[in-house]
Amino acid sequence: MAVRVGVVVFPGTNCEHDVAEALERVGAETELVWHTATSLPGLDAVVLPGGFAHGDYLRPGAIARFSPVMTAVIELARAGAPVVGICNGFQILTEAHLLPGALQKNRGLSFLCQVAELEVVTDRSALTAGLAPGLRIRVPVNHFEGNYTASPEVLRSLEEEGRVVLRYVGNPNGSVHDIAGVCSETGNVVGLMPHPERASRELLGSTDGLLLLRSLLATAAGPQRRAGQTGPALAGAGA
Amino acid sequence: MSGPVPLWAMGTGAAHSSDVSLHRELGLTDEEAARVEQILGHRPNHLELAMYAVMWSEHCSYKSSRVHLRRLPGEGPGVLVGPGENAGVIDAGDGLAIALRIESHNHPSAVEPYQGAATGAGGIIRDIFTMGARPVALMDSLRFGPLGEARNRWLTSGVVSGISGYGNAVGVPTVGGELEFAPCYSGNPLVNVLCCGLLPKERLVLARAAGEGNLAVLLGSATGRDGIGGASVLASAAFGADAEAEAAKRPNVQVGDPFEEKRLIEATLELLDRRLVAGIQDLGAAGLTSAASETASRGGMGMDIDVSAVPLREPGMEPFEIMTSESQERMLAIVAPEALDQVVGVCKRWEVRASVVGRVTAGGHLRVLAGWDGEVLADVPAASLHEDAPLYERPMSKPVKLVSANGASRPAAPPPASPERIAKDLLAMVYDPSWAYRQYDHQLFLNTALGPGADAAVLRLSAPGARPTPGSAERGMALSTDGNPRWCAIDPRAGTALLVAESTLNVACTGARPVAIVNCLNFGNPEHPEVMWQLSESVDGMAEACRALGLPVVGGNVSLYNETAGADIDPTPVVATLGLVDHLRPGIPGPSLTAGDEIVLLGPGGPASRSLAGSRWEAQQPLGESGQAADRGGLAPLDLALHRRLLDLVAALVDERLVQGAHDVSDGGIGLALAEMAVKGGTGCRVRGIEGTEGLFGEGPSKVVLSVAPDRVAEVTERAEAAAVPARRIGTAGGERLTIDGLVDLSVADLASAWTGNLPAVFATPQT
Repeated sequence: MAVRVGVVVFPGTNCEHDVAEALERVGAETELVWHTATSLPGLDAVVLPGGFAHGDYLRPGAIARFSPVMTAVIELARAGAPVVGICNGFQILTEAHLLPGALQKNRGLSFLCQVAELEVVTDRSALTAGLAPGLRIRVPVNHFEGNYTASPEVLRSLEEEGRVVLRYVGNPNGSVHDIAGVCSETGNVVGLMPHPERASRELLGSTDGLLLLRSLLATAAGPQRRAGQTGPALAGAGA
Repeated sequence: MSGPVPLWAMGTGAAHSSDVSLHRELGLTDEEAARVEQILGHRPNHLELAMYAVMWSEHCSYKSSRVHLRRLPGEGPGVLVGPGENAGVIDAGDGLAIALRIESHNHPSAVEPYQGAATGAGGIIRDIFTMGARPVALMDSLRFGPLGEARNRWLTSGVVSGISGYGNAVGVPTVGGELEFAPCYSGNPLVNVLCCGLLPKERLVLARAAGEGNLAVLLGSATGRDGIGGASVLASAAFGADAEAEAAKRPNVQVGDPFEEKRLIEATLELLDRRLVAGIQDLGAAGLTSAASETASRGGMGMDIDVSAVPLREPGMEPFEIMTSESQERMLAIVAPEALDQVVGVCKRWEVRASVVGRVTAGGHLRVLAGWDGEVLADVPAASLHEDAPLYERPMSKPVKLVSANGASRPAAPPPASPERIAKDLLAMVYDPSWAYRQYDHQLFLNTALGPGADAAVLRLSAPGARPTPGSAERGMALSTDGNPRWCAIDPRAGTALLVAESTLNVACTGARPVAIVNCLNFGNPEHPEVMWQLSESVDGMAEACRALGLPVVGGNVSLYNETAGADIDPTPVVATLGLVDHLRPGIPGPSLTAGDEIVLLGPGGPASRSLAGSRWEAQQPLGESGQAADRGGLAPLDLALHRRLLDLVAALVDERLVQGAHDVSDGGIGLALAEMAVKGGTGCRVRGIEGTEGLFGEGPSKVVLSVAPDRVAEVTERAEAAAVPARRIGTAGGERLTIDGLVDLSVADLASAWTGNLPAVFATPQT
């Protein structure tokens, strides 16, 4: 049975169709999940796609973290299912404290839409499982607030625990330690600024993003795959 | 809000205008005001006068240009919707259609560059989804004064930020455009925005109010005092010399909210998908007056609007303010009463405000009411706001200064230049527009096969709600925008024909067949006979070229009064070409050289095929001792029959991948074309047989530089011969230097650093 991935849509999200299309190219079934949903039945993984949730008003992700769906996303994350935030989704995950650190305005104070070269740092995340550390891939970035920052203590623990998932080769935005993506302690919650879906066709110049999305599906289908996705199972797994 | 505001109690609404100069303040001439009175059969009140003033403004009525625009060919095979609607629509085959429109937002951008450019994008996007199309691409054709002036830098970075801030957030990628500079735009930049949308053919909707008793539902933002009179006070008048007076016009500029527009796009497309609305129209220039009267008169109906039902941003707004406000992000939907609940439901989900503000009536009158059963504040024949708008055949005369420039029998030849001087000229010409376009999301929707920086953008035919069908999945579309004020200043007729040639060739260089064009005609003050002559000539040049190439003009926009302190801009028609790609697949040859390739030049050769008149090279030469630019004669001739053969040939060579690089020779001549191809390919070249400065930088139509693998050269030249298109091998690509025998020898590294560094360096240097 195909892995079923929910793609969360907030008002102002704009990459949901692209993410769904790319996931379907590697064999996933997808479902667009409206931000007012309070449960996520039947989903093996969730992606928070890019865009401008709630207009990015106040601060990117600051309002989206209060959308009803986030309670269900947090439950799913606690249950061990892959939860991936891309770009604006990464910003939302940091605002929701599912991931540490914050994304501030790019060095140079301008929006950047360009291809970034990335290095896979760890294979312990849901998005890079099975990929060789040191692998270099080309994936576009598209953001104004993509400059990752965190306190020295958080950075030290991220590095020591192997939770830096991707690093820029040639840092485009000023991110500390060249960080392009990080994961939770358990590796199932991943946030990254680059857009894997934009590197999903040869026509677009790169298919490297599919490596990441295939890893995501493999992780979602793996041993931790939850069969029932019922409330009690979630509560048990989250304990 | 604390209940309905008693609008009728506010004095000016129903009172007859006692001030004879009121109509002048509103932008109407004495004759126009008299005509309003004749139509109504009584003296118009303030509200009625205000409605006619905005609808009969140059911006809304095209009163100076309509007599000329009729000469453009609007019909052709594949045209589903021609000029006169919100956007032109072309049949893309396999059940898909492409909606296309370009519009200027020059005056607002001159006053407040960020919001001017942002709302320019917002307005054109609404024109596209009004047709039922999902907006999938924006292109920006931008022209500013020289960046040595601080104000021009402020305008340029403000406009680019506005496009980035609005376009990215609204979720429509900006896939290309132009960024050009010339002194005539110093006080009056040009911001032309093109939007392109995709739709399943059966979703095509036209803005018609049908069915007596249907409801007019206002969707989106509340109505405020922003942009009141924007069409008449701002867009239809020239700028003076007083910068402070211009700054005072800032409240006439609308303010954009991309998040509101994003939700409005989604809500509108869902309403259309579910067939819940009978017609829909965006609110642009002239606001509710325009949307209500246009939908009503197109449907042969009338409409009652209750101004007290319009949600307002602030209390105390006068009826004329409500009816003419240009507050952004609003749509007027025509809804059958039984569908209202469902419409409100869709809007609620997308957090879009929906308010019933009007009713479709029989009889053809647009009435403005203070409450459904309240006083009638205005009562005008809806169609008269459009169809009875004045039509001017303004006087025309050929500018005196053109006589010498265009008629010289012996143009001055430039003196022989040293290789060092030519290298300097070339290094000053190049700049990388990625400084601007990397600030734009150009990849959303996973369509962009060739993005900004190529001769044309190339996109998949795919969008949410308009997915590829089996037949269309392997096809694509190409888009290019092109303008050149220098050619059009010398000869607007020939110059505009050259632009059509260039724009179609740009599209062909990416492997596409040109199928339609839209245009944005940016000119000076129409009350100057020279400007009207330029406009008329330009339209004729466009019509001739389009007829010869079999291209319909499916939409256009005219921006007049581009004038500062009495000086008109050079005539700047901008041509945008849509092409279709039959076999979309990876590896589209770009404008670059590949080391080891032969370089082949397609198109006419010899001194008669090019001219330095109006060239980029000429524009950057210091003036002579007389203070006048040298007389370089007229423009190079255009052979439209040859051009048509060239378009077919180039599109086929690129489509079949017989070439590895293709770049049209445009302004800057062969010299600039080769320099750009060298920088983008990261390789040098050795080229021979270019004759002097004129051969290197002279400009003329119907020329393409090809980078061809050695084993393909014979086939390419045979194909050219079969197509009766001249072709010659002019050199080879490779090495680290751009060497053009006898003229210039320059390292590609130096060229590349000028290419990437020229624009950022100007912005980094504070100077006044």
